[in-house]
Amino acid sequence: MPCLGGVAPSAGHFDDAATTTRAPSRSAFRIERERDVIRLTGDLRLAHAAPLWRQLCAATRDVSGAIAFDLSQADAIDGSTISLLMDLRAELVARGVHAEITAAPEAFRPLLRIYTAHPPPPRDGRSARRHPIEHLRDLARGARAEITNALDFLGNMGVALAAIVRDPRLGYWKSVPSHAEHAGADALPIVLLINALVGFAMAFQSAKQLQLYGANLYVADLVGISMTRELAPLMTAIVICGRSGAGYAAEIGTMKINEEIDALQTLGLRPYNWLVVPRGVAMLFVLPVLTVMADFVGVFGGMIVAVTDLDITPVGYLIETQLSVRPWDVATGLIKSVVFSVAIVGIACQQGFATSGGAESVGRRTTSTVVTSLFVLVFLDSVLTVIFRIFHV
Amino acid sequence: MQSNGRPIVVVKDLTIGWDGVVLQEHVSFEVRRGEIFGILGGSGSGKTTLLRYLVGLAQPEAGTIDIDGRGAPDLVSGLPPFGVMFQGGALFGSMTARENVALPLEEWTELPARAISAIAGTKLRLVGLEGAEEKLPSELSGGMKKRAAIARALALEPELVFLDEPSAGLDPELGVEIDALIKTLNETLGLTVVLVTHELASVYRIADRVIMLGRDEKRIIAAGDPRELRDSQDPRVSSFFHPKLEEP
Repeated sequence: MPCLGGVAPSAGHFDDAATTTRAPSRSAFRIERERDVIRLTGDLRLAHAAPLWRQLCAATRDVSGAIAFDLSQADAIDGSTISLLMDLRAELVARGVHAEITAAPEAFRPLLRIYTAHPPPPRDGRSARRHPIEHLRDLARGARAEITNALDFLGNMGVALAAIVRDPRLGYWKSVPSHAEHAGADALPIVLLINALVGFAMAFQSAKQLQLYGANLYVADLVGISMTRELAPLMTAIVICGRSGAGYAAEIGTMKINEEIDALQTLGLRPYNWLVVPRGVAMLFVLPVLTVMADFVGVFGGMIVAVTDLDITPVGYLIETQLSVRPWDVATGLIKSVVFSVAIVGIACQQGFATSGGAESVGRRTTSTVVTSLFVLVFLDSVLTVIFRIFHV
Repeated sequence: MQSNGRPIVVVKDLTIGWDGVVLQEHVSFEVRRGEIFGILGGSGSGKTTLLRYLVGLAQPEAGTIDIDGRGAPDLVSGLPPFGVMFQGGALFGSMTARENVALPLEEWTELPARAISAIAGTKLRLVGLEGAEEKLPSELSGGMKKRAAIARALALEPELVFLDEPSAGLDPELGVEIDALIKTLNETLGLTVVLVTHELASVYRIADRVIMLGRDEKRIIAAGDPRELRDSQDPRVSSFFHPKLEEP
């Protein structure tokens, strides 16, 4: 790797830096080359390291055979500059040059001794750039680790659920109400607001087209069926995934890196029964309830447009909604919400349990939870919609 | 290392506290250039809090701090003239050990990347982390994190470093290694070290002078050579240096 050059002198923040100084001096440094000797004169501390490095690189560019860095005229030096000299020396040695640091004044020797006791590893001259195959290998390993993590989670969940079915006392049921409160009651305002706005926007977008055909009243059919079958379950699940799913992943991930999950195990408790099952049970209850509420506010959002923009009476709108929306439409939405709740809790807790390392890993897993959940939710929604269509429900 | 007598840290009549609770009052002491100065005290006496005041992370409610004749440290206006090692290392989790050490060099020097990497690598080897340069903090043991944090504190060649419990929680052998490293840096670089600790063995090994903070008294209850304090007849001091099991 060639030395880099063309950098400006640094601002001299380090004039008082710890250093070995032979004589009090504030003079700048100088570098002179005489055949096989590069003489460094003056103040060689970190404050001057950038121009010093640039000049040393230039002075050693065409060196062959042997070279000595002569420190006999140096006034002050510090560990950083010695590090640079050692690195340069290692590069020259790798090029086949015999390079050494010589004539260091007595005052510098203790510093030189401790720094030269830790030389940089020998250079083998190979490029540090990684081969694309190595990247592919890492990707494959990463994918394998993720699949292993997911299977491990599913296996552990299977064991936990089987154990709970045999003995329900093994579940940590006490925390279910608080999880239901956090995921449900606390999320209610945002879920209602978003679904009302979705109903409103859908009705508003379709109002003009319906007016063209004199089909104003059918806005109730459009909003009612879309909300109950598709949008209310999906939008509610998306809100809950961003809110509770991300929270679960971060919470369990933090517990994992703080060894709290290990502590649970050493207390004879089962982490999956303790952490996943209560969240799952709470979500199985909360998401369908929120979805039904979302159905209502979505229809209400559409009604606002129908009344204000399409000259439909509220009663007329509600009667048309009642006629068009079948119980099965609501039921399909509820079935979706049950499937979504399992997906949200499963993905979030799996990502939480897969956390390792530090705080950065918690952030990564939380992000991964949201991204994966969004994809899975939309995918499951599509699959379920097709299935319902096949079975004419 | 023999200190040259000129103070680099001067604390006068300082009051420190945490969340409205006063931990220490009328704290006054001087740290001389080139010495290893220990701040001792039991749990809850305010050692780490005092360190936060010394490095400018908390502002004095009363009293003054002067670092190297520049007044109280100002972390807003630029590079402070010291390095700090926090108790848990406080390494940035998303960066490797080398990147952690390189960060201050990248921010405060005009050196090219290769030169910065070379300096960071040398600092890490200096603290015995050869081969761990590219590891993330999560892959390092507690002792390795502390050593990496010392390397980061030394990155900009400061004249003064503050070390919070550098050998606490380590096995005795590793604790001795860390102490030896601090002593070597002190002797060869002339580094002034302010050491916050409750590890008595560490204090005996390396500290030139110490102060002891009294938790209940809320003031400095002893100051001087650690061996003098060890032999002190003051029951508050001797109970710290020679703790005994109370008879039931």
